[in-house]
Amino acid sequence: MENAIQVTGLVARYGDREILKDISFFIPRGMTTVILGGSGCGKSTLLKHLIGLLKPTQGQIKINGKNIAALNENELNEVRKKMGILFQGAALLNSMTIADNVALPMREHTRLEETTIQIMVRMKLDLVGLSGFEEFYPSQLSGGMKKRAGLARAIALDPELLFFDEPSAGLDPITAAGLDELILKLRNVFKMTIIVVTHELPSVFTIADYVIMLDAGEIIFSGTLDELRASVHPRIKMFLERQPEQETYSPEDYFRIIAGE
Amino acid sequence: MPSTAENILNSAVRKARSISRDIHDASKIINDIFFWSFISPLKGKPLRFRASINEMVKAGYNSVPIVAVISFFIGIILAFQAAYQLKRVGALIYVANLVGVSITRELGPIITAIIVSGRSGSAFAAEIGSMKAAEEVDALISMGINPVRFIVVPKLIALMVMVPALTIFSDFIGILGGFVLSVTILEIHPVNYFLQTVNALLVKDVMTGLIKAWAFGIVITTVGAYQGFKVTGGAEEVGRRTTAAVVASIFLVIVFDLFFTTMFYYFT
Repeated sequence: MENAIQVTGLVARYGDREILKDISFFIPRGMTTVILGGSGCGKSTLLKHLIGLLKPTQGQIKINGKNIAALNENELNEVRKKMGILFQGAALLNSMTIADNVALPMREHTRLEETTIQIMVRMKLDLVGLSGFEEFYPSQLSGGMKKRAGLARAIALDPELLFFDEPSAGLDPITAAGLDELILKLRNVFKMTIIVVTHELPSVFTIADYVIMLDAGEIIFSGTLDELRASVHPRIKMFLERQPEQETYSPEDYFRIIAGE
Repeated sequence: MPSTAENILNSAVRKARSISRDIHDASKIINDIFFWSFISPLKGKPLRFRASINEMVKAGYNSVPIVAVISFFIGIILAFQAAYQLKRVGALIYVANLVGVSITRELGPIITAIIVSGRSGSAFAAEIGSMKAAEEVDALISMGINPVRFIVVPKLIALMVMVPALTIFSDFIGILGGFVLSVTILEIHPVNYFLQTVNALLVKDVMTGLIKAWAFGIVITTVGAYQGFKVTGGAEEVGRRTTAAVVASIFLVIVFDLFFTTMFYYFT
């Protein structure tokens, strides 16, 4: 298995708080890797490190063999051109039409003719099922359509790596399933390396080839879906079986909490 | 429990840290703005002219009516106030001098700058702030597009052109206001008023006003962008930063005005 991303000894801190505690893992090329974890486990922070929005406090993040933590802004931009990212809220530019949003990376990074760009925009929008919405503004679209448009923009430059931040968050099950289908299609047809950050179990079992599970800033699991199902780790079992956190206080503890001590 | 002295020391250190962080952020944004506006175009990264024109329409053309009305009124007010004193010494014709010089040197640029601060400075902070809150700024960075170059530079170019242009317009309308009042209520002969104004005004007066206006354009954009990029939370913070942008840009416009007026007083 060839690696697209290799992370070694990654530590991330916000002030005094340690969000990621010395984690190491790899992401295989040409597969869909899901980074799984509960709220506040550090998975969004990890994603921001992988796409170079945050610099690690310590450690290495190698993408195609290049340590992005040590690159300057120009070199990092070259790496970013090979990445596509779908943000949680799609993050389309509200001042531009959908077509202009999708065309933006092409206009900025290529010297293609305007007519070629128009054709490519229509191809990308057709791929995500948004033909005919070129002249709409993001505010005129529904949540699911925005995500599709965001995806069209993310794949505008045919990236090698495609990142998804909570793709099904805030979507109804049918729309979410449609998005999962698209993710599968992108992997199968375009052989992209896909990294999905999520906590939605149904979608994990549909799309994942490889799973990394984070808990409280540490990696507690990495492996295939079957290995995940077979795991006996108590946190993983709780997560898969949707059990709540066991938080029971003694009466003395509770008294201390409400007294504010 | 820490002692009072420790408390004071602690809060002083915290304050100093936050001030030094603010200075760091501000100098970083100023540095970025100047790099992407003036240096990177020389290296072959084109400016976004279409976006600049769009911004010019929003910031410049759309504020023409309000600038016109306010400048006209200020011209009238100024002529009234001047006449109140000059009438006593029988030098009513000097209303033309006073109106002409004070509008071109001072009031034209400052009124325009204050209106633009209120309209565009706040709009810049709100626009950038909500883009930051909606991850749009992150999206730009991750597409390898510098957000300062993409968002701020077109606004800077727009204001560097439009604030001086609006100032010329404001000068003209302000003088017209003074003229209208003088030829009607003060009963000065129109030709006399016109000649008196032309004689009183020097090219220097208009030019110093325009230099100020150009600098105000830079100040307003920079403050708006700085406040916008400082947004980390949601809608509430966008509102707070927008208010801060207006207050800070009006304050800085006055500070820069003081600086330039002092310079011009000694060096022209």
